[in-house]
Amino acid sequence: MYRSEGLKGSADKILTIVWKDIKSEIRTKEIATSLVAFALLVIIVVSFALEPGENTSTIAAGILWVAFTFAGVLGLSRSFVLEKDKGCLQGLMLCPVDRSLLYLGKMLSILVFMLVVEAIIVPVFIVLFNQHGFPPQLLVIVPLATIGFAAVGTLFSAMAVNTRARDVMMPLLFLPIAAPVIIAAIKSTGLVLSGESWGAIASWLGVMAAFDVIFLAVSPLVFEFVIEE
Amino acid sequence: MNGVDIQADGYAIEVKRLIKSYGEHHALRGIDLSVKWGDILAIFGPNGAGKTTLLKVLATLVKPSAGDVSVAGFNLKQDAIMIRRRIGVVTHQTLLYDDLSAYENLRFYGKMYDVSNLRDRINHLVAQVGLESRIHDPVRTLSRGMQQRLAIARALIHDPPVLLLDEPGTGLDQHASAMFATILNSAANKQRAVLMTSHSLEQGAALSSRVAIMADGKIAYEGSKQLDIGNLREVYYQCTGVKD
Repeated sequence: MYRSEGLKGSADKILTIVWKDIKSEIRTKEIATSLVAFALLVIIVVSFALEPGENTSTIAAGILWVAFTFAGVLGLSRSFVLEKDKGCLQGLMLCPVDRSLLYLGKMLSILVFMLVVEAIIVPVFIVLFNQHGFPPQLLVIVPLATIGFAAVGTLFSAMAVNTRARDVMMPLLFLPIAAPVIIAAIKSTGLVLSGESWGAIASWLGVMAAFDVIFLAVSPLVFEFVIEE
Repeated sequence: MNGVDIQADGYAIEVKRLIKSYGEHHALRGIDLSVKWGDILAIFGPNGAGKTTLLKVLATLVKPSAGDVSVAGFNLKQDAIMIRRRIGVVTHQTLLYDDLSAYENLRFYGKMYDVSNLRDRINHLVAQVGLESRIHDPVRTLSRGMQQRLAIARALIHDPPVLLLDEPGTGLDQHASAMFATILNSAANKQRAVLMTSHSLEQGAALSSRVAIMADGKIAYEGSKQLDIGNLREVYYQCTGVKD
C-alpha cells in the first residue's frame, strides 16, 4: 500500500474514509446511539441482579465486556450494512487505492465509535457496580482490547455483509476468533476491579497486544479477498 | 484528464477469451471484445446474459476466472489500481451516501481519486448535471433522477478516459437523458471510450457508435450501427430469443 500511495497519501485516504463515516454518524447517530443504548441496558439490567461486593469483580468485568462485545457486534454489522446500501461498498472498491487502506479506514471509524461508546459506558459501570474509584489500568485495557476487537471485527463484518444471513453470520464468524482478546479483557478488568496492581495484569496486556499486532498485520492483507464477490 | 494519456493507436478496452464462473454457473463463456478510443459501444441483452458481470470484471470489482483483459492499456491482473484511476463507473445503484450532501459525496470521492482543484471540479460537474441549487442538500432528499445525475457526476469526478455504464438511463427524466447524451457525445469527441449496457435498444442504439448483443454469457452479435432499429430488433430476437 505504501509503495503506490506513499505514507502521506495512504494516511490521507484512511482519514478521508474516517471523516466520511464520522460525518454520516453525526448526522444519523444511528450506530453510536444504538451501541450506547444496548450497552447501558445490559449493564443496568444486570446491576439489579448482582449484589455489589468484593466477590463480584470478575462477574462485573464479564458483564462490562459482554455489553461491549454485543454492542460492538451491533455496530460492526451496521457499519458495513450502511456501506452496502446503494452500493457504496462498490464505490469504495472502485477507488484507485489499495484495498488495505479501505480496511484501515473502516477499522479506524469503528474503533472511534466504540471508544466513544466505552467512554460513556465505563463511568456508568463504575457508579452502578460501586467500585472504589476509577482504576487507571482501564485506560490501557479498554483501548487495547478495543483495537483487537475492531481489527478482527472489521474483517469479519466485511465478510458477512455479502452473505444472506449476515446478522447471524457476523457473530458466528467473529466471536470465536475474538475470544482471546475478550477473555484477556475480562480477566484483566476483573483483576484491576479487585484492586490488583499493573504487575498482575501484565500477562493479559501482553495477550491483547499480541492479538492486536497479529490482526492489524494480517487483516489488511486478506481484506481484498474477503471483500470481493 | 488527470495526467492520463490516451493511446490513439491502442484499444481502450481489449477482452480476450474472458470466462467468469461462479461455481457451476458460467456467467461469461469466452468473451472477445474490443473498444477503440472515441467509441461508444452499447451492449444489449436480456437479464442474465452476463452484461453486468462483464462490466464488473472491467471495473476490477470481480476477478475473471480465465482470459485476458486490458483497460486503458493496463492489464487487469497486474494493474487493477491503475485501471481504477482511469475508469468512471455508473451502475444500477448510485454509490452515493444518503446522509451526506451532494457536495460532500463528490468531495469524498474526489479526495479518494486525488483530484486537484477539487472545489472547481465539483462546481463544474454539478453545473453540468444541473444540480447547483441542491448541492448542499442530503442525497436522500433528492429525487431518483437527481440522484442518478449526481451518480454520473461522481463517475466523472476524476475525468476518466474510459466510462463503464451499466443501465445509465435508469431513473433519468427526458431533460436528464438529453443532458446525459450530451455528456456521452462530449466524451466521444474527446476520444474517451464508453462501454454501456442497456435494456432499451432504441435508447442504447441512439447513444452509441457500435452495438453488441450478449446472450448466455457470450457476444452473439457485434457490429457498427448500420442496422436500423427494426433490423436491430430482429437480430436481437435471433440472438436472444427474446423480443425487445
